[in-house]
Amino acid sequence: MSGYRPEGLDDTFTATASSDDGRPVAVPAIGVVGWLRWAWRQLTSMRVALLLLVLLAVAAVPGTMFPQRGQDPAKVSAYITAHGALGTWLDRLGFFGVYTSAWFSAIYLLLFVSLVGCILPRTKHHWAAMRARPPRTPRRFGRFPAQASVTVQGEPEALVRRTAALLGRGRRYRVDVHDEGDGTWSVSAERGYLRETGNLLFHLALVGLLVAVAYGQLLHYRAQVIVVAGDGFANSETSFDTFEHGRAFDAAKLEPFTLRLDDFESRFDAATLAARDFTAHVTVTEPGAAPVARTIKVNHPLDVGGTQVYLQGNGYAPQVTVKDAAGQVAFSGPVPFLPQDQVYTSRGVVKVPDVSGGQPQIGLLGFLLPTAAQMGPDQWVSTNPEPTSPLLVLSVWSGNLGLDTGVPQNVYQLDEKGLTEAKDASGKPVTLDLRPGDTVTLPNGLGTLTFDGMRRFAAFDLRKDPALGWLLAFALTALAGLATSLFVPRRRLWVRASTSRGNQDEGPTTVVTAAGLARGDDVGLAPELGRVLEAVLGSPVPVTGRAPVEDDSGGD
Amino acid sequence: MPVGDLSTLFVWAAATAFTVALFGYSVALARIADAAARPRQAARTAKVAAATAAKTANRQRVPALAGAGASSSYASALPPTPTDVEPAAGAASAPVATAARPAGTGRGSGAKAEGIARSTHWLGIALLVIGIVLRGVAAGRWPTANMYEFSLVGVLVATSVLAVVQRRRIIAFVGVVVTAIAVLALVLALNAFFVRADAVQPALQSYWLVIHVGVAISATGVFTVALGTSVTQLLSAARAENRSRLATPWGRADALRRPLVGWRVTGPRFAWLKQVPDALHLEALSFRLNAVGFVLWTFTLIAGSIWAEHAWGRYWNWDPKEVGTFVVWVVYAAYLHARTTRGWSGRRAAYLVFAGYAAVLANFTVVNLFVAGLHSYSGLR
Ligand code: HEM
Repeated sequence: MSGYRPEGLDDTFTATASSDDGRPVAVPAIGVVGWLRWAWRQLTSMRVALLLLVLLAVAAVPGTMFPQRGQDPAKVSAYITAHGALGTWLDRLGFFGVYTSAWFSAIYLLLFVSLVGCILPRTKHHWAAMRARPPRTPRRFGRFPAQASVTVQGEPEALVRRTAALLGRGRRYRVDVHDEGDGTWSVSAERGYLRETGNLLFHLALVGLLVAVAYGQLLHYRAQVIVVAGDGFANSETSFDTFEHGRAFDAAKLEPFTLRLDDFESRFDAATLAARDFTAHVTVTEPGAAPVARTIKVNHPLDVGGTQVYLQGNGYAPQVTVKDAAGQVAFSGPVPFLPQDQVYTSRGVVKVPDVSGGQPQIGLLGFLLPTAAQMGPDQWVSTNPEPTSPLLVLSVWSGNLGLDTGVPQNVYQLDEKGLTEAKDASGKPVTLDLRPGDTVTLPNGLGTLTFDGMRRFAAFDLRKDPALGWLLAFALTALAGLATSLFVPRRRLWVRASTSRGNQDEGPTTVVTAAGLARGDDVGLAPELGRVLEAVLGSPVPVTGRAPVEDDSGGD
Repeated sequence: MPVGDLSTLFVWAAATAFTVALFGYSVALARIADAAARPRQAARTAKVAAATAAKTANRQRVPALAGAGASSSYASALPPTPTDVEPAAGAASAPVATAARPAGTGRGSGAKAEGIARSTHWLGIALLVIGIVLRGVAAGRWPTANMYEFSLVGVLVATSVLAVVQRRRIIAFVGVVVTAIAVLALVLALNAFFVRADAVQPALQSYWLVIHVGVAISATGVFTVALGTSVTQLLSAARAENRSRLATPWGRADALRRPLVGWRVTGPRFAWLKQVPDALHLEALSFRLNAVGFVLWTFTLIAGSIWAEHAWGRYWNWDPKEVGTFVVWVVYAAYLHARTTRGWSGRRAAYLVFAGYAAVLANFTVVNLFVAGLHSYSGLR
């Protein structure tokens, strides 16, 4: 049997089945084909696999040291600005997007090419080995890690057949009995093919994982939406604040449901103010079905027809009304302010573009403090995430909000280019402090502002990734294959019996020799050979081999 | 006394017990070293007496070194030079010690020290279990939510695995390595990572806290014992092969080497290595532990992704903690490969164990404390 083994595999077990002694392949004689074959053999060698694995580990590290675009684009911009030319170069070299960079991709793609190039021939070989008979009994047992030799009474053939029966039945070996002539019989036996099966399954499942990830990348979508309590949204592209999807995603396939946030509950630890529970009470309506009340919590996403809805954030939305100089209501409604810290000091912007003709647009920028405490003149902090004493602190801008430039704007930021900040007589910026129910006059005759009250909002992520089931299946297959491959022992045993030509007075005597070989480290090998011989011969037989030191350390 | 404080008290008690165990293992180690030196002493003394002039001259180079780093029990020992090693001994170069210790203290008190180590080791485990259970009671949840609790449970797993591995035969050096790490980790946890027992934030309220974190910590514990075994393996191999970087001059940096010469692995200080299983066996033991650790770590990775999918809607986000876990996994995968790659088994594979364990530690400390990410749960900020 000329078996396949990856170049550089250090394993006596497969070596016995192959004439390949595993020394580095000779440099090819001639020709492009020869070189290609040589390169392929190198790429699919154990040494290159090892090298690529080590490289992969090393290449993954910079992603934890530099900010990454995929996680925190703002931090990346800040870093580049702060580091000048160095920042630009790091950017060019892909250090801010390590996991999508050319070099990182090259490493893992090469690794997977190597993996496939190695695993397919191994699978073929293993398939054949599973159907073949166990390898013939070697002539000499001298080099095996477990050996035994004993002289007994009995007849070689009967003894060997008994051994074969025992191995085949109780110990799940595949056996083959050989008549070696001259009164000598032997049995070869092998078990644990599952070990290699598990190993192959493990590696193939890794390929499956990679393919499933790519498949999900193509077909997934992810959307974010902020909903104020009492409001809702429909699962369609236009209702989302952000929407991101794979190349092969089809927007027509969005599950047509609507979701309304009825109420939002939060609970905080009284002493530490740490969050203890968030619950969004929602009503979901699917087409042709009655509305149903559901809850969404962190760690408990809602599944609507395969789309997952996650609770990602929450906060307060002050409800405000702005009347312009003409006394017309220019804006009225809740405006989500984003919490910045544990005590919900929240930042937000009110944009009022729809003022009566000819007047400047108004922008209000500032903070909402759920429980405000005064630290000094014009100095407020929030001391509790619960809305026990809310305060809205705003500065006032007027001019052109820049909304009709066509460039999408961040709703949580003011574009200060076309705006001027209102100042008082001494040139200090005007700040307005409002409690719920308060109405104040805006500076420069811009109109009035009323703080009507507060509502809760929740931030939801919606997502569908059709590959999730596949990912889980491949991951679990990999785990099972790995465990099988590491913990199922693969062993070969040989027992040979031949008539002794020694002393004839006591009837025929038989010399029994035995040997065992295992794949990898296997402390159970010598004991197993001992048990088999004892079961066949009826008395203990000393087995030489690796001393059973490991018995002390809880082997199998 | 509040339950939380009681828990802390038990953890301190456990740390104390492990310290005694550490001491016990160390004494056992020293005794083994003595015992290893004794049997061939008579023969060696005779040999020394009959030593040729050339050999004496050869030794003359070393007395300066003997004075430099030798401990009291070896104060009068002549450190062997490489030429001193009997080929027949194969494994170790026995020191020509004139141990002036009364007979009977060697193996006997070594066994006593081993007994003390073993019993305080188990006592420490018991105390720690109580401490952890009380911690869980005080917090009203499974106690694996912050670095303090990670450390406690990790130490429990490491010391338990060690106890199981050593249940029949004690490899004192592995005991020293693992209990030293255990004591350090506990004291560090009590002093630097401690946070009040409390409920957790909504993101951590999940049974995955038990599964994912619990398995990750167990894997860390198993990796710790494997590390100890691999260190022993390298020392054992170096001594068996009579290979020490400290034995030959370092050229210009030789001044740095000289004070360390007493610590060369071929020297008398490491005579106890004769008593440990040979490098091959240690390698096999380390492999089996690492294999178990790797399977657990694979599970950790998978469970973490499932949890991330539940909590954040992203099974993989290249968050620093995720990257760290991935790096650890890949390094140990490389180790498993190295073992079956020609030219890489044995010593080089053991280096990958060190790299892997370093990554485990970095992932636990550096990433938790100094890198911001979704996994910032140390409770220390
Ligand atoms: C994605 C990259 C890879 C990973 C994560 C990986 C991981 C592993 C792990 C953990 C093992 C040990 C467990 C077991 O025996 O099943 C292993 C074994 C093995 N791998 Fe890979 N592997 C990768 C790529 C490769 C490649 C490219 C090759 C071919 C050159 C390869 C060939 C082997 C072989 C032959 C074994 C069995 C060694 C033995 O006899 O015990 N692997 N691999």
